[in-house]
This record gives sequence, C-alpha cells and structure tokens, in this order.
Amino acid sequence: MTWPHKDLLDVTQLSRADALEILRAAKSFQEINSRPVKKVPILKGKSVILFFAEPSTRTKTSFDVAGKRLSADTFSLAKSGSSLVKGESLKDTVLTLQAMKPDGIVMRHNMSGAAQFIAERLDCAVINAGDGWHAHPTQALLDAFTLTERWGGVEGKTVLILGDVAHSRVARSNVHLLRLLGANVRLCGPRTLMPHAVKSWNVPVFNDLDEAVRGVDAVMCLRLQLERQQAGLLPDVREYSRRYCMNMARLAKAARNCVVLHPGPINRGWEIASDLADAPESLILDQVSSGVDVRMALLHLYLTRKERKE
Amino acid sequence: MSQADLVVRRAALAQAPQDYVDLFVAKGRVLGVFPSGSQPAPEGAKVVEAEGLLLLPSLTDVHVHLREPGQEWKETIATGLAAAAKGGFGSVMCMANTDPVNDQAPITETMLDKAARSHPRGPRLYPVGALTVGLEGKILAPMEELKTAGCKAFSNDGRPVSDSELFRRALEYASDLGVPVIDHCEDPWLAPATGVNEGVVSARLGLRGNPDISEAIQAARDCLLAEYLNVPVHLAHISSRRSVEIIRAAKAKGAPVTAETCPHYLILTEEACEGYNTNAKVNPPLRTGEDRQALLAALEDGTIDALATDHAPHAAHEKETPFDEAPNGISGLETALSVTWELAARGELSVEALIRAWCQRPAEIFGLPLNRFQLGDPADFILFDPNARWKVTPQALLSKGKNTPLLGRELTGVVKALYVAGKHVS
Repeated sequence: MTWPHKDLLDVTQLSRADALEILRAAKSFQEINSRPVKKVPILKGKSVILFFAEPSTRTKTSFDVAGKRLSADTFSLAKSGSSLVKGESLKDTVLTLQAMKPDGIVMRHNMSGAAQFIAERLDCAVINAGDGWHAHPTQALLDAFTLTERWGGVEGKTVLILGDVAHSRVARSNVHLLRLLGANVRLCGPRTLMPHAVKSWNVPVFNDLDEAVRGVDAVMCLRLQLERQQAGLLPDVREYSRRYCMNMARLAKAARNCVVLHPGPINRGWEIASDLADAPESLILDQVSSGVDVRMALLHLYLTRKERKE
Repeated sequence: MSQADLVVRRAALAQAPQDYVDLFVAKGRVLGVFPSGSQPAPEGAKVVEAEGLLLLPSLTDVHVHLREPGQEWKETIATGLAAAAKGGFGSVMCMANTDPVNDQAPITETMLDKAARSHPRGPRLYPVGALTVGLEGKILAPMEELKTAGCKAFSNDGRPVSDSELFRRALEYASDLGVPVIDHCEDPWLAPATGVNEGVVSARLGLRGNPDISEAIQAARDCLLAEYLNVPVHLAHISSRRSVEIIRAAKAKGAPVTAETCPHYLILTEEACEGYNTNAKVNPPLRTGEDRQALLAALEDGTIDALATDHAPHAAHEKETPFDEAPNGISGLETALSVTWELAARGELSVEALIRAWCQRPAEIFGLPLNRFQLGDPADFILFDPNARWKVTPQALLSKGKNTPLLGRELTGVVKALYVAGKHVS
C-alpha cells in the first residue's frame, strides 16, 4: 500500500487502519532488533535530521538508533547548538535545514503546533517528536505497540492515564490513539492539572486515584514537572505523591495482571513508587525497546512513500 | 443659510434605502438632506452622483494601533490612516502603546503632525494618551499636558492597570479634566495574553487558554469603580457574555460605564484558531458562539455602545511563527464595515444598531465630531455600495498589516467615497 501521509504530526491524522499498519510494521522490525547484527540497508542513502529544540534522551536516541539500524544517515541538531539561540526564526532554521536536502526532519519543540508549522513549509517528511503540550504521536504509537505486545491487542481494555494531563502531549496523543484502537480511557489527576474543557474529550475523569484505578488493565503514569508546583497548581510533591503516586497497594485494586507504563524520565517516588517501577508489572523498559521498533517502522513508512508510489 | 458648495445627488439613507435623497453641504457642514430633486443644486456647487449608493455618516474608530512612532515596519500613521479612509472611518483614536509611549505632549504632537502632513484632508486623528508613565502602571501620566496637546482619552491599553488603588486615582484625576478613561479589561494574574480562549479548542491544541473570567473580573472592578466614584469608564474590546452581563447590570444601576466590542468577536469564534492560525490570535481571544450571540444582543439593546476595530497591524514575518510566539492582533480597519454590514444584511444586527455603534456613540462618548445630517453637523460621510463584493487579499489591503483571519474571504460592501468636513478624502 502507498502510505498516504507526508508527515506525522499527530495520531489524529491516522485512521484505525493506518495505526494498525504502523503496529504491524513495528512488529516486523522488532525481529531485526533481536539479531546479533542489527542493521539492514533499507534506508541506505537516506538522511534524517534530528532537530531537538527541547532536551530529550530517549526519544532522540531512539530515533537515532532506529535510523542507523535502517542504514539512514542521521544528523543531530540541538537548540543550544543552533541559530535559534541567535534569534533565527523557526521558519528560517527549518528552511535552511531543508536546503541541505534531507529526506526527513524529526523535530521536538517546546511550542504546540510547531510540527505543523514546519510541515506546512517543507517538502520533506516531518515527524513530530513532541510539540509543546499538543502531541507526541510516536510515544502514543510505541505505547500502543507495547500494550499490543502484552495483550495481543488493546480493544476492550481499560487504560488509566494518571497525572498532569493538562500539560501533557503524551496524554493528548494517547487519549486519541487508545480510543481509536478500541480501548477505554479514563483520566485521573487533580483538577488543577486537567484542561478546563476536559469534558469535551468525553472520557471519565477522576480526582481520586483509589477509585480511578479500580478494574483498569493498565495505568499510564505521566511525569510531574516541578514547575507545576511553582506555578501554584500543587501544594508540594509530597502531597502529590500521597494522592497520585502509583504504587503496589493501588495496583492491587486494579484488574488482575494490570500493567504500568511511564513515558519517562521517571521521578521515583513521585508519580510511581520505586518498587513498582522495577516490578514485573512495569513495562517502562519494554516501552523504550518498542520505541526503536516503532520508530524504525515510521522512518521506513515516511521516508520511502515516494518510491513506493512510483 | 449659506449656499451649498457640495451636493450629493440620488443617494439613499440606510433607514429608507428605497428613497433617493440629496445631501447639501456648505463650508464643510451639513445644510440638510432633502428628497432628491426637491432643491436645485446651486450654480458652481460640486455635484456628486451617488445613485445606487448609501449615504452614511463616516465611521468613528475609537481603538486603533498605528504603531508610529517606533514600529513603522508594522504600520505608519500614513498607511494606517489610508486604511482607515478605505474602511470608511472619518475619525480614529490611536492607542498610546507606541515606542516611545505617548505619555507626553511632544509624542502626541508628532502624531498629529504626521497625520496632518500625510492626510491633510482627513481622516481625523485623535491620539489616546497613556494613563500611566510608560504604560508601566506606576505613576500617573501628565494628563493635562496630554489633553492640551490633543489627546481625547487616556488608556493603558494592552498593559491594564491591575493596581485598583492606582486605577481609582487615575479615574478621579482624569475626571477633573473631563477626559474619559478607556480600560482594557484583563486580570493579569488569571490571563496570560495567550491569544486563544480557554475552552474546547485550547484543550485540544495544547495551548494555554485565556479564560473569559479574566476580562469579566476586571470589567466588574471597573463598573464598581465607575459607580462608586461616579466617573465615566469606557471598557475596550469586550469579548465575552460574562462581561456583557456585568456591564448590563452596572448600567441598570446608573453607573457611567460605556463599552465597545470589535467586529472579529461578532463574526468569528475560537474555532478560527484551529490549525494554529496565528492570524486569529488576538487579545482578548475569539470566544464561543454563545459569547458571539451575547455580544450581538448587547449591541442591539445598547448595553455595548460602540464598535471599534482594535486594528493591530503586524508584519507578516511576525505572524509566521508557532502560535505561542506570534504577537496578538488583527488588522481590522478595512474589513470592519463590510463584515458588520453583512451581519445586518443577514438580520443578525439591525442597521440602526450598526450606525449607532459605528457612528453615533463613539463620537458622543469621546466628544468627537458627529454627523447626524442635521443643519450645522460636520459633513463627515461615506458613500457605501452595500452590494459590491471584494476579496480580502494582502494586495487589496492598504494597511501594512495583512494579518487578518479573513484573508481569502470574499466580502460584501465597499466604501466608494469618504468625505471629511465636506472634503473628498478617498
């Protein structure tokens, strides 16, 4: 099939069939990652610029590993080393990058809509590696892949997204994708960390975690940023963790075999108890492995769509 | 009665578009409006044929940003007044957030001088003086000096005074001078000027929204101060139902409060920000359909007195950024009458309310020239083709600011001519 999308800006662009196709492709690349020699030539001669205008460990490394395993040339650019700090506009920065003829740009940016902004101005593929509070489609896809690996599929399962939903691109993309794939989603967190118009998302919202966790098949913890306390949205981390830290006692109230996810980096003892993070129920490191599988699939789909059309 | 030197023939008044009338003007003032052909045009008078056109008082815009001095790449007094003339405005009031701020007489005088040199026939320019020095909200600006130089109002527009004690004293001081104060209502603690409403769209786009209560809370404070001090306060660019309800209640109690809203709040809602459209980024932000309906009703019943554009031109490259980075503001002078006329044509607003809000009330509130087509009124008027269509393109706009969410839209209604004090401006 010809891949219909030039860019991956958010999961909202994807049909259910598109999402399932990505997960199928990720499965096929997973095998490569278990070989002794983890490299195939399918993107040989392709170049990808990893433009991370905001700090990132796992997403950036994951894309870098994924690209190199497919034999693409990857080039990294961070905001601190770019002309953005000299006051160059985002438009001029990305037009400059495009003039070097990459096949794709993977971008992380602190402003919502930045990925769409550059995609509208560039001919090459743009993959959103997280834009502000808006979207993190590759994270949502790797989360869905991780859960699919565990369960065989997410349809009919109930996933609780826990924590700072208001400021979370991970939450926004996951709410959409999980429901697209047939899962039930609920949210839990203090009202100060929920979007004011969260009702319009039509998902159950809880502020009591002990109630929210009942019967769920997975809990997806979100990272708590300390700046939320400084902004007056929370009393302190201690009180937050009393109310919203996912731990073994709360896991016992969930459905049997409930698993726990976290997009990382984790704050041990804040949003997830340290022992739970290391327990067999924790899929945190599976998520990281899945990240490489999914990003290989995405780079392949988005960087070869033109050839396949011809 | 002096002899007419200008006669506009076979125009129609908006209130009775089926009847032809002739307007007689002498020495820049109205002599009268008569059934067409009932009075002969005097020998030597300039005769303008206006068949098919509506004769309206020129519009008054009490809220524009002309950016000069200091930000001439966005707009100048020359380009801004050209845009005003094209939009049918005979008088405009320009805000003080220039660089340097209009907080002393030489700045006001420079503005007036630039206007006189670039547009000697009009539109008339009336600067708004800063309420506080540098718009910093700390020290009162020299209001008497500014008034003497030509300022017709005082405002901290864009940087509202959150200190209620200082704002109270500013109102009292300005009232001694008989000059009204305009307030941009925004609680700075509640509302970073993010340019998008807090609601469904901001929740989906992952943008920090500005809640309507930030406007309403400050509007409530201002209404209470106006009532308590019995001094006039004019509330700028009201955008929300909640503020309308507060103003209505204050007026019912007799508080000397007046208010304006802008065309964009009447024709657009928060959905215009979808796709991170920076041309729809404005402060206060575009709100919901419910707010839009409340504003229309408030204009109709007079709770909201006036329309104003809040014309806020920006350079294209300044708006060509991610949403958070873009400056707030919509370039509005040239589309204002078309879009509000379309509202009237669709029956969402009466023509009477439209003329009251664009022509009569703004002039009354700020003591500016007002043309009711009565003997002796200033002959500030437009000839308007309510059926002509035009497309909003960067090329079509005379303003340097092409930043309007209406780009690409076809609008109905074109100002064919503007006269100020009986002189043809454009």
